[in-house]
Amino acid sequence: MSLISVEQADLRRGRVRVLHDITLAVEPGEIITIVGPNGSGKSSLLRMMTGELRPLRGRVRRAPGLRIGYVPQKLHVDPTLPLSVRRFLDLPHRVDDAAARDALGEAGAGGVAGRQMADLSGGQMQRVLLARAVLGRPDLLLLDEPVQGLDQPGAAAFYRRIDAFRRRSGAAVVMVSHDLHVVMSASDRVICLNGHICCEGAPEHVAAAPEWRALFGTGTGGALALYRHAHDHGDHPDHAHPAG
Amino acid sequence: MLNDFMIRAAVAGSGVALAAGGLGVFVVWRRMAYFGDATAHAAILGVALALGLALPVTGGVLAVAIAAALLVHLLAGRQASGDTVLGVVAHGALAIGLVAMALVPGGRRDLESYLFGDVLTVGAGDVALIWAGALAILVVLVWPWARLLTATVSPELAHASGIDPAREGLVLVLLVAALVALAIKVTGALLVTALLVVPAAAARPLARSPEGMAVRAALAGVLSVGFGLALAWVLDVPAGPAVVAVAAGLFVLLRLGAAVLRR
Repeated sequence: MSLISVEQADLRRGRVRVLHDITLAVEPGEIITIVGPNGSGKSSLLRMMTGELRPLRGRVRRAPGLRIGYVPQKLHVDPTLPLSVRRFLDLPHRVDDAAARDALGEAGAGGVAGRQMADLSGGQMQRVLLARAVLGRPDLLLLDEPVQGLDQPGAAAFYRRIDAFRRRSGAAVVMVSHDLHVVMSASDRVICLNGHICCEGAPEHVAAAPEWRALFGTGTGGALALYRHAHDHGDHPDHAHPAG
Repeated sequence: MLNDFMIRAAVAGSGVALAAGGLGVFVVWRRMAYFGDATAHAAILGVALALGLALPVTGGVLAVAIAAALLVHLLAGRQASGDTVLGVVAHGALAIGLVAMALVPGGRRDLESYLFGDVLTVGAGDVALIWAGALAILVVLVWPWARLLTATVSPELAHASGIDPAREGLVLVLLVAALVALAIKVTGALLVTALLVVPAAAARPLARSPEGMAVRAALAGVLSVGFGLALAWVLDVPAGPAVVAVAAGLFVLLRLGAAVLRR
């Protein structure tokens, strides 16, 4: 059975129609990437999946007892709230110290347990959010542009951690990303969103679709070729990937 | 020097300060100070209604404070201009309450004690009611503490964890209304919010955890009540404002101390 299924959903915020005719299902263990221009409703779609936003029409069904690990685009913690990273991981359910240490370490945030949340940099915050999401042993990770604010090596490491977690846990991953390299390499399925689902399918299929070209231009083909090269010859001395 | 009425005032004030400390940290974290003002100002209207209908004042205040809190919660939550809505309700409710007080028999005479509090006149029954109410507020606050805190840190994360942040927000809104009803005799309608905000703000530099801040806010509130009542006695000034003045002094001292230590 699907972890989450969205059926014929329309979403409005105030008078603005943000999403319409959205139908999709997330199966256990798969990686879905949602791409689309600014304002295309990507974040709203994730927030509809968590239950924060309710569709005006249609429905969102979550499997009973589904555990969601959600990493929002950013989190601002008010400086009047004294909250250490360690304590943040206890919200809403306490976790034991060893699990917290492991999760922070795996997320690349090993040294920050005692730091105050309000003092974290953008990149540290993303790693801490990932650690918290993973600690809940989710069946589904929802990631909203999780590498925003990370440099390219940082982003690459972040994606490797997500991939490692997925392999270990079998959790499904739905992420919003601008990074077309990642979209192409890691996704089982790509959903191209612009208020509605313009096209979807395997990365190769979507990249060839005219709707995709219309949104991202033909430059994508070049980026894809560049990525493929870097991917196939990861240790090659003259490869062009800046993260190398 | 320790008269019965001073002891009753101290016990009553401490009860309110304990509950206000625990609740006040959420008011600070969620920036609900103006919301607290709107609710507290509406309390004057509650007093007028209770006097006009010959009902118990605390009950009248509680009913109107809850109604005002729910109204503001619904109106302010729906649109971006929540601040403006709060401004309209806060001042509108105060003005209507003052007009109503002038119309009910005895209202003009008692007005000052409801605006600024009259803690030195609390009776044994008031003290019992205040402590029962304060303990009830603390229980309702501590019971869902982790959910309230999660919803405060991030409504988005709360949703993903299966917590409804709107419901948790509603709990806090109703608790503020209840505190207003309890505190009206102690600080009066105009200074209730001060008892929520000032001790919590004073406690911030001393705290490293949310729970630590709540406990320190409660202690700062109780200290302010003790020293404020002493100040009121010595200088022969109104007790409610003296308590808040001491809390504000504590806030300044602790902030200065923290700034000096950080160098």
